Amino acid sequence: MKVLVTGATSLIGRTLAVRLRDRGDQVTTFQRRPSGLGVVEHLGDVADSAAVAAAVVGVDAVVHVAGLAAVSGPWADFERTNVGGTRNVINAAKQAGVGRFVHVSSPSVAHGGRSLVGVPAGPADPDRARSHYARSKAYGELVALSANSSDLSVVAIRPHLIWGPGDTQLVERIVERARARKLAIIGSGASLIDTIYIDNAADALVAALDRAPSLGGRAFVVTNGQPRPVREVLGRIVMAAGLAPPRFKVPYVVARVGGSAVERIWERRGVEEDPPMTRFLAEQLGTAHWFDQRETRRALQWEPVVSLSEGFDRLRAWFAEQDPE
Amino acid sequence: MSAASASPATLPPAGLDGLDPKWSQLVTTPGLDGDGRTWHVLDNQVPDPTLTLLCVHGNPTWSYIWRDLIARAPANVRVVAIDHLDMGYSERTGTTRRLTQRIDDLCALTEALGLTGPVVTVAHDWGGPISLGWAQRHRSQMSGIVLMNTAVHQPEGSRAPTLIRMVRTRGVLKNICVKTPAFIRGTLALARPRLSAPIREAYRAPYSSSGRRAAIAAFVEDIPLSEDHPSYRVLEGIATDLGTFADVPALLLWGPSDPVFSDRYLRDLAQRLPGAEIHRFIGSGHLLPEDADIASVVHTWLEHLEPQAVPVPDLEADRAPLWAALERRADDDTNAIVEMGPDGEDASVTFAELNADVRRMAAGLADLGVERGDRVSLLVPPGIDLAVCVYACWRIGAVVVLADAGLGARGMGRALASANPAYLIGIPRALAAARTLGWPGARISTSALLGVQERVLDVVATLDELRRRGEDLPVPPPPGPLDEAAIGFTSGSTGPAKGVTYRHHQLQAQRDAIIELYNIDESDSLVAAFGPFALFGPSIGIPSVVPDMKVTSPGSLTAQALAEAVQVVRATLVFASPAALNNVVVTADAMSPDLAEAMEGVRLLMSAGAPVPAAVLRAVGEVLPNAEPHTPYGMTEVMPVADISLAEIDTAGPGNGVCVGEPIDGVEVAISALDARGEATGPLTDESGLTGEVCIRAAHMREGYDKLWMTDHAASQPVGWHRSGDVGHFDDDGRLWIEGRMGHIVTTETGPVTPVGIEHAVATLPDVASAAVVGVGPAGVQRVVVVVVPMNAGRRPDLADEDLSDRVRALVGTTDVAAILTVRSLPVDKRHNSKIDRSRVARWAERVLAGGRMGPI
Repeated sequence: MKVLVTGATSLIGRTLAVRLRDRGDQVTTFQRRPSGLGVVEHLGDVADSAAVAAAVVGVDAVVHVAGLAAVSGPWADFERTNVGGTRNVINAAKQAGVGRFVHVSSPSVAHGGRSLVGVPAGPADPDRARSHYARSKAYGELVALSANSSDLSVVAIRPHLIWGPGDTQLVERIVERARARKLAIIGSGASLIDTIYIDNAADALVAALDRAPSLGGRAFVVTNGQPRPVREVLGRIVMAAGLAPPRFKVPYVVARVGGSAVERIWERRGVEEDPPMTRFLAEQLGTAHWFDQRETRRALQWEPVVSLSEGFDRLRAWFAEQDPE
Repeated sequence: MSAASASPATLPPAGLDGLDPKWSQLVTTPGLDGDGRTWHVLDNQVPDPTLTLLCVHGNPTWSYIWRDLIARAPANVRVVAIDHLDMGYSERTGTTRRLTQRIDDLCALTEALGLTGPVVTVAHDWGGPISLGWAQRHRSQMSGIVLMNTAVHQPEGSRAPTLIRMVRTRGVLKNICVKTPAFIRGTLALARPRLSAPIREAYRAPYSSSGRRAAIAAFVEDIPLSEDHPSYRVLEGIATDLGTFADVPALLLWGPSDPVFSDRYLRDLAQRLPGAEIHRFIGSGHLLPEDADIASVVHTWLEHLEPQAVPVPDLEADRAPLWAALERRADDDTNAIVEMGPDGEDASVTFAELNADVRRMAAGLADLGVERGDRVSLLVPPGIDLAVCVYACWRIGAVVVLADAGLGARGMGRALASANPAYLIGIPRALAAARTLGWPGARISTSALLGVQERVLDVVATLDELRRRGEDLPVPPPPGPLDEAAIGFTSGSTGPAKGVTYRHHQLQAQRDAIIELYNIDESDSLVAAFGPFALFGPSIGIPSVVPDMKVTSPGSLTAQALAEAVQVVRATLVFASPAALNNVVVTADAMSPDLAEAMEGVRLLMSAGAPVPAAVLRAVGEVLPNAEPHTPYGMTEVMPVADISLAEIDTAGPGNGVCVGEPIDGVEVAISALDARGEATGPLTDESGLTGEVCIRAAHMREGYDKLWMTDHAASQPVGWHRSGDVGHFDDDGRLWIEGRMGHIVTTETGPVTPVGIEHAVATLPDVASAAVVGVGPAGVQRVVVVVVPMNAGRRPDLADEDLSDRVRALVGTTDVAAILTVRSLPVDKRHNSKIDRSRVARWAERVLAGGRMGPI
């Protein structure tokens, strides 16, 4: 199968591209900077419809990973990449007669800020989304799924908190903060959250790609199926990096209100670096969100093969390699 | 007479919560009141139904109250729920309609509907009399009667007339019923739990203006409280006639927390319909169809309208009456019961005295008016008086109600309200509680009271008076083996305590099972440091002694007190609760050495009531060197089921659950396997290794649950068996292992997980005292959570650290454990002080793990 992967410089994009390449698919990628994967690459921005159209020509399938994942920033940036970019890729795929389209989404598209306890994937709802990121991903998913047709099977996959060796989104930020002694636990830290180890997320995308014709128009949350208290997740990641687990606690209400304030200040001042806390982040870390995976596993015929404890072992080994001291 | 405005029937507006618009029909009854009337009815319009439910609402509701019954109706059952004229969305006639008229109205409506074929009437509140009036005129169609919180007669002493009179005071009636929606709001506020806003709105919707509310006042006004009321004779006629429906199956569903229709009305209806099945929904109130899942109960009951083959009790074994041993030893001057006090022997009675006293008391009770079948609650601590009362009641066929203090004051109140005994025999403290808390039953005191006290407590007799009265009177003929003998109560660790009924033959079989299991003969004698067993001595015919201990606190038994009791009767048997044994072990060093010899005579130690730690049994061996420790397995509904000795516990070793041994002779135990949802749907089997609900059949099994038809029905599948609610399995050697309660199964994506095995494994960690395994999340995708009590627990609950988490997960194995929490202690039941209240732990864990505050359990 000829597969185009967008956003191949991200951990998940790169891991997926390698996995597809290694099993014999003809992989091409599309992203702004060279990925170094040794496959045919198209460099460009998803917001550039001409560049996107050129990259899509001749492929059988697209896995659309590219997106802007940040905790803060102006809405226009999110809209341009996550909504406009998705529209460009899906339109190009339709034009080029591509048969399969796997859209990488986020469980936050259906998260209204309350705890999600053992629920299946709900419909994407931009109106209830709790951050620019979540809202833009919700619109993006609706754009992608609405393009589903008998010619083009579109499947949305929502991996929940991907982590693993080399992850710059979750793992790196947590470890950096822990190093700077700025990592705090929101509330009691007991809220159960789902996560997914990188290899399992890549496997789920491959499964969605392979079964896309029978799954067109549907969205699936994918997780390791092993929810853990958020404090335990943070602790295990930090310990894998050889640091002491966080013990500093911030009450949930304080974090949420403080997060909202920080968010506004950051936006007004146009600060580049990530804010220490946002309302969205406070909600993500202070409420439970874990999912019913039965339908996902049945439909994708996929099971996570790397358990959390195995994943944390691999992360520890990876950190040890990075820093042989 | 109100001059209400007139308007035709309409369809309800769209969007009322839970109401399917396609059920709504407008029906005309031509000729009614001359020009005919229009009605609104809900009708699922099942063609050619095998049965029709005719649902009649009360005041001030409307057919909306039956929406759940319609939505969940079985395929072949038609459900017609009417709105009375001037109520709901039916026509506002501008007339005032009384009971007779309303019955005529309903008859006209069912004729217009073409309601032929078998009918079950279902009614709530004042819909009750109207539905029964309809039933009188449609006898041949009547296939069943369902009544909920209603009345056909004002029983003496009911508070309702006062309330109704208050409402009917001039000026008040119109104000609260018509001019304002106060009566509707007040009725809706009775719902427990509170109704959601959309449901409250739906109830109020048809009564939006005073013009639409006239009939609400008319209904209240039509309740006949005196003989000169125009509807008095009609209602009396309905009440008197109810007895003629004895051959029609009846189901009485009741929400006891009803300020209008209290339990008195239930008793009145039950007396008029003696064959009726009853289910009292403890905690529910007047708006029963909202408070409880009545649809399940009604539809389940409908499936069993055809008379079932009731299993004939096994009366082959011609068992001796419960008092036979007393009569056999009527000339025996050796001690039958000894009560120990703080300074040694306090009181004793010989077999001869006991037999004579029981005879006197039986005659005295009969003289007081206690009849066969009357319920008598006994709030008397174990000892001579309790034994005399119990055997005297049994002798005349009265039913003893044994609500123990372990239920707590609230639990006892609920238990007694449910059993509704006609008499209450108690120590003065219990009588005072009964008086204050309104526990039912004419009060009889165990001891003489001062005049003032006697008046204040409203006592009808004392035991000594009854003894005197009965001295020269004959004892009435004894009851038969099928007569009801006793009501006990479940511990209530999983919801409100349930009344469990026993007949004489079942208690006789229980006595015989215990005699056989432990090879008891007349050379034995017994120390009963465990409530229920204090009553068995006289029945078995062996001396028994109650040691000096606080009844409400089994843990107060000391080794010294036990030894003194053993010495007094040269006891060979000791029955004690685990908590009592624990304290015996702790206080062993303080025991007088000269009592050690008496302890050597004890051959058997039996401990029950909760899982008994083997370590405790082993340690008791130091105190009772020749006693073989045994622990029977059973429950309030059937005891004993299985039995295991300490040696056998050791042989069995650790496993998934608690090993309770092999079923005893005469008891059948089978497993009903769990399905993926954790429900015991499998056929009964004794296959080893299969986990499921433990089902039991035995001659000494309970008869049923008192006024809990649905509970009784569900627990008696297949017919003749008892579903214990325990989950367990057989091992390859035929031993039964208990893995927990059905209600505590964790239903994960990979199947059901039972708690006890994991809890025991975790408790083997050196720094862990105990653990509870619970599930969080929706059924079917639940996650396992282990709540650990560490030896050195912190003050506040917390997440376990990574090290403890790793060790717990390693022990649990393949089942994924989402979280490990640490607490200082786990909540346990009041009665045994040892059964973990996993439901409560689960609710706490659910909250905490969803981002809630890490507060105390």
